[in-house]
Amino acid sequence: MRYVDEYRDAGKARALAASIASLCEPGRSYKFMEVCGGHTHTIYKHGLEDYLPENVTLVHGPGCPVCVIPMGRVDDTIHIAEQPGVIMTSFGDMMRVPGGRGSFFDSKAQGADIRMVYSPLDALKIARTNPDKKVVFMAIGFETTAPSTAMTMLRAKAEGLKNFSIFCNHVTIIPAIKAILDSPDLRLDGFIGPGHVSTVIGCRPYDFIARTYGKPLVVAGFEPLDILQSIHMLLTQLAEGRSEVENQYGRVVPWDGNPKALKVINETMELRPYFEWRGLGSISHSALRVRDAHAEFDAERIFEIPGVRVADPKACQCGEVLKGVLKPWECKVFGTACTPETPIGTCMVSSEGACAAYYNFGRFSRERVREATHG
Amino acid sequence: MCLGIPGVIVEILPDQPDLATVDVSGVRRAINIGLITEDEPEPGDWILIHVGFALSKIDEVEAKAAMDFLEGIGQAYEDEIEALKESRIE
Amino acid sequence: MAERGITERSAEWAEAVVREHAHVERASREDQVLERIERVRRRKARLREDNITLAHGAGGKATQTLIEAVFLEAFRNPLLEPLGDSALLGVGGASLAFTTDSYVVSPLFFPGGDIGDLAVNGTVNDLAVSGAVPMFLSAGFILEEGFPVEDLRRIVASMKDAAERAGVRIVTGDTKVVQRGKADGCYVNTAGVGLVGRPPPGPVRPGDAVLVSGPIGEHGTTVMLARGELDIEADLRSDTAALNGMIASLLETCGDSVRWMRDATRGGVATVLNEVAVDAGVAVVMDEDAVPVRPEVRGACELLGIDPLYVACEGRMVAIVDSSVADAALEAVRAHPHGAGAAVIGRIKEDPPGLVLLRTAFGGTRIVDLLVGDPLPRIC
Repeated sequence: MRYVDEYRDAGKARALAASIASLCEPGRSYKFMEVCGGHTHTIYKHGLEDYLPENVTLVHGPGCPVCVIPMGRVDDTIHIAEQPGVIMTSFGDMMRVPGGRGSFFDSKAQGADIRMVYSPLDALKIARTNPDKKVVFMAIGFETTAPSTAMTMLRAKAEGLKNFSIFCNHVTIIPAIKAILDSPDLRLDGFIGPGHVSTVIGCRPYDFIARTYGKPLVVAGFEPLDILQSIHMLLTQLAEGRSEVENQYGRVVPWDGNPKALKVINETMELRPYFEWRGLGSISHSALRVRDAHAEFDAERIFEIPGVRVADPKACQCGEVLKGVLKPWECKVFGTACTPETPIGTCMVSSEGACAAYYNFGRFSRERVREATHG
Repeated sequence: MCLGIPGVIVEILPDQPDLATVDVSGVRRAINIGLITEDEPEPGDWILIHVGFALSKIDEVEAKAAMDFLEGIGQAYEDEIEALKESRIE
Repeated sequence: MAERGITERSAEWAEAVVREHAHVERASREDQVLERIERVRRRKARLREDNITLAHGAGGKATQTLIEAVFLEAFRNPLLEPLGDSALLGVGGASLAFTTDSYVVSPLFFPGGDIGDLAVNGTVNDLAVSGAVPMFLSAGFILEEGFPVEDLRRIVASMKDAAERAGVRIVTGDTKVVQRGKADGCYVNTAGVGLVGRPPPGPVRPGDAVLVSGPIGEHGTTVMLARGELDIEADLRSDTAALNGMIASLLETCGDSVRWMRDATRGGVATVLNEVAVDAGVAVVMDEDAVPVRPEVRGACELLGIDPLYVACEGRMVAIVDSSVADAALEAVRAHPHGAGAAVIGRIKEDPPGLVLLRTAFGGTRIVDLLVGDPLPRIC
């Protein structure tokens, strides 16, 4: 596959790893956060940490839209799905995420009509072919996904569809990064920036991280060599005493983002005053809702929404894991009470969450594995 | 956080200019290209696909620049290993 | 709305799970934590759900839990307990393999096959990988009121052809019709009996080679695309096939050196390898580069964010053989039309027991664990 396979080359990885090692100052340790869950997934799926020297640590950030959806919003979705005549649709990622009273799959098993779609346009198609039903699309995702929801809403309007609405749970990345940077117990040396979000918002919104907080950020692609190269670029910045925003993923990310995508988001959605993030708490101006002009497509205005907040168990230490203060395995409930089968906290709910990725892909002693695979 | 996959445009659908048939490793799907406005997408262009929409056109020049950097590091590494081998032989 | 005056409650299920595990002490080092996790994983399965969900039928962890907590708990006996593809029975001096499987595939007809040949091939394969020569099959039909007779004829004709190709006879059957809406057209159950002509093979040992008989994930991907919901098109066909001929020539060539065989159906190659790792207490180390995957299967899987290792096959065998016969085994399998794309994909190691590891094409390593349920398309 072009633009995929050439970025998974082991030979280039070895060379890059050697160069990374030579950039590290002896005795100094480096901690970088990959903000995006897609990066976390890549890191574990390809075993990328095998190439990093011991003193370079990756902290897995909050950029998994499935993980940060609060349990209360899952319950709200199920509540809507249980109303008569409703077909609820969402991405496959959401189906197993438990709320306070079970997941979409559990609700489906009890009779609700909840369907998986690949694209919001598929939800629109379901609405067209089921004129007697109310079709709701539970929208999740960062700025990467919001334009698709916006385009779908505009399409529904153009077609004059009356039985389609959006339960909007889109979140924005910058306030989350800022919340992490403002956390007092955090020590990071730089950021691996979210590549696909940046195709939409561009690289400028990260300027404050370099300027105000003095941390370098490199917008990175999603193949393993992209991530290794970004780490190389971060270490080079640190070695040269710079803190800048750089773009490793130039093949996909234009410096100014996608103006049309930003325009359609702005046309259909506006910032909420605040929104709860699982693990991080309430963050102001960090999520989107449907604008008044499109109220007819806003499930929050069409349906009565309970809006009850569901607290995470006290034992759950997701907040600390998200901020990189704790490694997944250092959490009190990791792997015992909290597993991919019964995910207690946000980091375990999706395969992109820090804990789920570690549990599914990396749960072993590195030495024993090295022995097994190379012995 | 967001799965994006590169694919190549095979055909712009004549009756729906917002839709293009896109090929990903021999697999085809109609993808909405309405978010790409800067320069008109055409067959043969590579795009990044996310939830059925094209988010951006892949820039071959940028891709080559990044690959050149990686190959440069690879070359330097091989030279070094070569030099190391020679120094051992001496 | 979320911004409005908010009341709060706790997730009772989550609090309960935390309480249940509260006695487990927090270990200080990563290795201790990992050992603790393995202990928790080995504990008796407990079914948490009040209702059956689709995950219980997907062949992953949820299916295992259901089998152990409900079926094995009630039916437990030494013949059932191995939970193999077939039960091995001694009857009047003969050694028999006996198996059953139900087929609920949707759509009923898909490129490369239909529910009929799937039902015959699946049961034939369950017998063949148990080391038996498949002989007799039963066929049970659950039909929905209104189902076209024409479609039924088509399914039955393809069962007849599949049975002939596999050299088995369908000798008994059953038909039930349920009211419209109570079933999805047609479900088929087949049971099968075969004669076991060889002694049970020795245990899987470190050093053994793991081979797969062809490119993986074609059946699962084909059926997923044939449902039409994803609007994805590809030139793909199901790999459904009876493997008894291929397995017979493998056993003829390699005899006792063939230690273990499975057909990689639900849950794919990853799931069957996890089963052998746990059952034999060994590690399986796979080479990502060596695993055969067709480009179209890869394309569909990349697009949907799923891993072909977990996608079902219906005509692919995973075999573990003594390393000394690995080349001969590969040759024997490749000589057969259903095994032309066979490859050695990994080795058995001693440590860490119970785990499947993958050496990635990128040169790293990771675990290949059991999935909870079906692999789901992702956007993240």
